Amino acid sequence: MKAIALPNFKTRRVLRESGSEFWMKCCYILIWTMPIILLTGLIIKSATLFQEKSVLELLFSSKWKPLSGQFGFLPFILSSLWITFLSILIAAPICLLTAIYITQYTKRIVLKIMHPVIDILAGIPSVIYGVWGILIIVPFVAKMASWFNIQSSGYSILSGAIVLSVMIIPFVLNILIEIYRSIPLELSEASLSLGATKWETIKKVLTQKAFPGIISSFGLGVSRAFGETIAVLMVVGNVVQIPRGIFQAGYPLPALIANNYGEMLSIPMYDRALMLAALILFVVVTIFNLGSRYLINYYEKKI
Amino acid sequence: MKRKFRVNRKLLKKSEELLFRVFMILSTTIIIMALLAIIASILIKGVPSLSWSMISETPKGGYYFGKEGGILNAIIGSLYLSTGATLLALVVSLPLALYINIHKMKQKRAVNSIRFILDLLWGIPSIVYGAFGFMLMVYLGLRTSLLAGILTVALFIIPIMVRSMDEVLKTVPKGLIESAFSLGSTKSETAFRIVLRQCIPGLITAVLLSFGRAIGDAAAVLFTAGYTDYIPTSLSQPTATLPLSVFFQLSSPIPEVQNRAYASAVILTIIVLIISITSRAFSMKYQKNKIK
Repeated sequence: MKAIALPNFKTRRVLRESGSEFWMKCCYILIWTMPIILLTGLIIKSATLFQEKSVLELLFSSKWKPLSGQFGFLPFILSSLWITFLSILIAAPICLLTAIYITQYTKRIVLKIMHPVIDILAGIPSVIYGVWGILIIVPFVAKMASWFNIQSSGYSILSGAIVLSVMIIPFVLNILIEIYRSIPLELSEASLSLGATKWETIKKVLTQKAFPGIISSFGLGVSRAFGETIAVLMVVGNVVQIPRGIFQAGYPLPALIANNYGEMLSIPMYDRALMLAALILFVVVTIFNLGSRYLINYYEKKI
Repeated sequence: MKRKFRVNRKLLKKSEELLFRVFMILSTTIIIMALLAIIASILIKGVPSLSWSMISETPKGGYYFGKEGGILNAIIGSLYLSTGATLLALVVSLPLALYINIHKMKQKRAVNSIRFILDLLWGIPSIVYGAFGFMLMVYLGLRTSLLAGILTVALFIIPIMVRSMDEVLKTVPKGLIESAFSLGSTKSETAFRIVLRQCIPGLITAVLLSFGRAIGDAAAVLFTAGYTDYIPTSLSQPTATLPLSVFFQLSSPIPEVQNRAYASAVILTIIVLIISITSRAFSMKYQKNKIK
């Protein structure tokens, strides 16, 4: 009996081992091929558009008339750039100062308070940010515009940027805290022992040392901000125009895709144009992501 | 003269530091205040219109003109969708995370490059996943359905789940894995019987985090899951989701429907907060029981 049971047990083990390893390898290959599948899918779908229009015309024309087959992405690209740039401009100093404050000036208890705050901020769904934007930010921006004697409904690029900046703060702040904590203590001790004040040490030694890391954290923030959809769409106004000021309405790329998916099958070439928008998003986000990760890796090797 | 200059410089240095410290405290408060403002504004606007019928009834005729009904369809739909997507993602993520950390333990390069790919996938906006999912659906001739929504959201949360599991599994001491090997257990046995057991609270945190992502995301389901007033009874039916119900009700011009959008936002916020607090509790427990 035993002599039969033993090899049985062994084969079962071998089978289980090879079975689970097979599935693991499948998952591994799936992840490797996923970016390629995504990219080729989007390229194939939008490539037919390139046969009829030149790339320059698509990217740098401001005529958006889907019904007559004119697709100029310039207003959308510019809106996206404006919003992303403004949001990172607002979020960057806040994140940097908070990260320095938490890691250098306060006791551990503050970090313990800030961790849940960051986690909850990161976990709030984007549609909730949008509701908050409509409730508070939009009226506030409308009021701000009236200080400058500008007519604005409040649904503007600035509102989108403010909402977006709060959304990327937890993301950027988390990376910055990690970066400041990974700087060896000896470095600041050496600087302090040479007579520099604490602020001088932070400004000239720590921030110098962390500089590539800081830049790449902002880059990752940009990549996060560029693709954000629902929250921005709710507060940005969605008017197809080249924005000429921060109090004007804009129409970023993700909002374009989200607003028009319903009609895209009924108008010829419209679906390909929207897929091209998705492709642009994919490429821009990936470039920022790759660049920032490269910088971070470089920085980690240096330490 | 020289002495006076020195004093001034010292004063300047001190005041610069002081100024920046004020800015630092200010920006820290801004972040905390932003969180409080978000939660407070949603609660103040939404709680008055929250009622039992909101969470226990599906929309009735004329609901979108301010008549009776609730958003049970969206609550149940969202739970179905994110549970399905989380389970599906788990089937891929858990083996993959274990594979990276145990089977490929020695191949540093392979591990680093797959982490890189995962980070890259994590960064891709959910609207791109949504558009891609929609494209596939059209190609295959499918209609908007719960299944399509689950597949798209699963694709979108797999990188998040693998990376957060990976962060937990990274902390397992090498000695534990090596001693399991030396006692004759196979790689998969080590992975599922020893490492998994050691890390289970952390892994649950990772799963909950992904669940929170899945339930809060609107852009990926906008194309693929559709919207309906009924609770889906099979995978091929379209389903309503909470974020979209907030979004659609808010774009209505009728104030009563808008108020319901705020109430739906409160429900969504509460669900997400519960998930966040539970996962925090799990990760605290994890820190207590860890073998070092």
